[in-house]
Amino acid sequence: MTRPRYSVLLAGLGLLVGLLFVASLLTGPAGLRLGPSIAALFGGGDEMMGLVMREIRLPRAILGLAVGAALGVSGAALQGFLRNPLAEPGLIGTSASAALGAVVAIHTGLAAAFPPALPLAALTGALVSVALVLVLAGPRAATLSLILSGIAISALAGAATSLALNLSPNPFAANEIVFWMMGSLADRSMLHVWIALPVMALGLALLLPTAGALDALTLGEDAGASMGVDLGRLRLLLVGGTAALVGGATAVAGSIGFVGLVAPHVLRRAVGSRPSRLLPASALGGAAMVLGADIAVRLIMPDRDLKLGVLTALVGAPFFLHLIVKTRGDTP
Amino acid sequence: MSRLTLSGLTCRLAGRTVVDAVDLTLQPGEFVGLIGPNGAGKTTLLRAALGLLPFTGHSSIAALPVRARARAAAFMPQGREIAWPLTVEDLVALGRVAHPDAIAGAERAATERAIAALRLDRLRHRPATSLSGGEQARALLARALAQETPLLVTDEPAAGLDPAAQIEVMELFRDLAAEGRTILSSLHDLGSAARHCSRLILLERGRIVADGPPETVLTPANLARSFGVTAHVERGPQGLIFQILGRTSG
Amino acid sequence: MVGRWLAVLATIGITLPALAEGPQRVVSMNLCTDQLAMMLAAPGQLVSVSRHALDPSMSAMADEARALPANSGSAEEIFLLRPDLVLVGSFTDPVTLAMLARLGVPVEVFPAEETIEGIRANMRRMGKALGREAEAGTAIAAFDAELARLDDAPATARPRAALYAANGYSSGSQSLAGQVVALAGFDNIVDEMGFGAGGQLALENLLLSRPDLLVEGRRYPGHSRAEEPLDHPALRALTRSVPSVRMNDTDWVCGTPRILRAVSQLRDARLALTGSQ
Repeated sequence: MTRPRYSVLLAGLGLLVGLLFVASLLTGPAGLRLGPSIAALFGGGDEMMGLVMREIRLPRAILGLAVGAALGVSGAALQGFLRNPLAEPGLIGTSASAALGAVVAIHTGLAAAFPPALPLAALTGALVSVALVLVLAGPRAATLSLILSGIAISALAGAATSLALNLSPNPFAANEIVFWMMGSLADRSMLHVWIALPVMALGLALLLPTAGALDALTLGEDAGASMGVDLGRLRLLLVGGTAALVGGATAVAGSIGFVGLVAPHVLRRAVGSRPSRLLPASALGGAAMVLGADIAVRLIMPDRDLKLGVLTALVGAPFFLHLIVKTRGDTP
Repeated sequence: MSRLTLSGLTCRLAGRTVVDAVDLTLQPGEFVGLIGPNGAGKTTLLRAALGLLPFTGHSSIAALPVRARARAAAFMPQGREIAWPLTVEDLVALGRVAHPDAIAGAERAATERAIAALRLDRLRHRPATSLSGGEQARALLARALAQETPLLVTDEPAAGLDPAAQIEVMELFRDLAAEGRTILSSLHDLGSAARHCSRLILLERGRIVADGPPETVLTPANLARSFGVTAHVERGPQGLIFQILGRTSG
Repeated sequence: MVGRWLAVLATIGITLPALAEGPQRVVSMNLCTDQLAMMLAAPGQLVSVSRHALDPSMSAMADEARALPANSGSAEEIFLLRPDLVLVGSFTDPVTLAMLARLGVPVEVFPAEETIEGIRANMRRMGKALGREAEAGTAIAAFDAELARLDDAPATARPRAALYAANGYSSGSQSLAGQVVALAGFDNIVDEMGFGAGGQLALENLLLSRPDLLVEGRRYPGHSRAEEPLDHPALRALTRSVPSVRMNDTDWVCGTPRILRAVSQLRDARLALTGSQ
């Protein structure tokens, strides 16, 4: 009986994401009408309009979708693995560490010499932090250990990022910390799409096979292992997949928080609380969330670069507090 | 064709020897109760035998690759973790993740059989986390059953169940054994174990001190030494009657 | 008796000219006042300039500045130079200025120049402060002559220029940069959008406004996200069909007669554009 409902849910989410994608293409400081915009996108019509649509609006929409999907699915996977509804890349310090990796790659000139070094360095930063959290918080990660490890890692990564930026000879670099901590998709180009997308796709390829194992893990590690879950392999796939997804996303968009927390939580009931089903649903939910936020920042402040992280935090932080209060009653 | 063979199985945790050179063989059709005082190492023995803990020695199940283990033995652990509010139906169906190659029809049938065996039909659409302790235990047991493995290992399966439900579970195990399956259960209730198990293994300080039919294991000497109690043991028309009388002095 | 009169006359004869020469130990704390002072001061009158004056990426007179000791703008440092006049800009640290006032050091504040008339005003002010009115007058006359020579753009059918710098900042006509562009004979696209002195210009709007000339901000060493819009593929695509000129900070950043070099650079760009049409 739940099976037809799941495909309906996915179809509905897919449709929503599609609509938001188109809306994102049509949103921008230059008020362009629907007909000419679409024509310009496919090469017809005005040269400048085409440039705007293909080189400015299109990469922004693609990245909104990809980054949102990456954050949504990695949040769902982390929660499934840690059996904790509060786990998400921003809270456990993964986004901050990815940002540190990216900043080091950029400001040492490595990324300028070899563009894929940017997402790969972000991936490395993310990898170190996820592994560190698993070591610090232990196997059945209690909420307290998880949050504390996340705070420690975020603080360290944030401080190191700020230091790296202040050491730059460029006078604008010191203010860049706001972008890295709050995230933005402004002025992204197709170059950013080409370097980030493969890394995020790799992450997705590593995470999707963990679906069945995450389901089994609902009953704990012993029961899961006895049902055929290879815990060591699962851990590697999870760490690698999350690092690639968060690394790729953060390298080009900065650190956007709470997407991996809100999307899985909102959709959990709708998929019958099954971690395996939550993965694709959260990907679509996260994509919708980031696309929606990116449209909103352009409508609220069309000429300024209002950071995406501001909107996601305004929605996500109260959510987070509500979740803490809710789970406080459940912990022994 | 044994279902489980352990030889020289030894587990050391935090410097202590918790399981000490255990040799054990289980055959089809046996319903084996693993009994012993607290801290005897029962849970550790079960976990090590299934390959969930490092050990020295040999275990036939742990020697198999991870996926093959899941088709050889199902495990219901003592900690009754349910992380997410899955419906009872979905929870029981989790037992089938070990058989991803099976066709959908076979999956459903196995799940339905397990639900019927534990009388969970009425509860199938309820979130498992909203059930009472006893109902949750039945749901988790149904999951292990749905895995349809030759060997079923359970750690304190009847804890938290009311008396009628406890008997129901024990009778279920006995029936499964009669069908040819092997059940290995760590049990706290000596009376229940005595009545339903075909074989008892008494574990004390990590060593097997007695292994055989209930009457040969539940001797006054064993009861006094391992549990510090005296009991009345009598063979009745429907099985062994076992009643703890009191503590041994000293 | 005659000897005493001769001594008095000699003393008066020596000190009168000295009084007429103005301050003898002038210290400048601001890049723009540094350069104006270096242009107008008598030899030995200027005792110290700010360290920015030595930076060739910012100062048009870095070579000349090398002959003078540099200061970092701290009140203590300035005081120890025993100045009889300190030249500052309007953005100099007010705490430092208050300290200098308390120590009884005379200070002359030069507001930032936003217009050509502002440049003339500051040159006059500098001349008066240094007691070099004559030199200032000469310099202003030369400035005006050169300005007249360059200011030959038509009043209508002017090509349109867009200024674009880090953070997408674009200057309008009410800024010095905007004035330079206007003098060179261009209309400013952000005037059409009502920007005033300047503001953040979205890349989309820059492209769709179809400028005839792009005036890009200077690039700093290292990398920053603020400068990334200047490398955006869409902007690079624009510059394949539209000429672009890079602002050379040394000429643009201060309101000195050097500003005319920037005007000349842009005027050449305009002549190239209209010549090829």
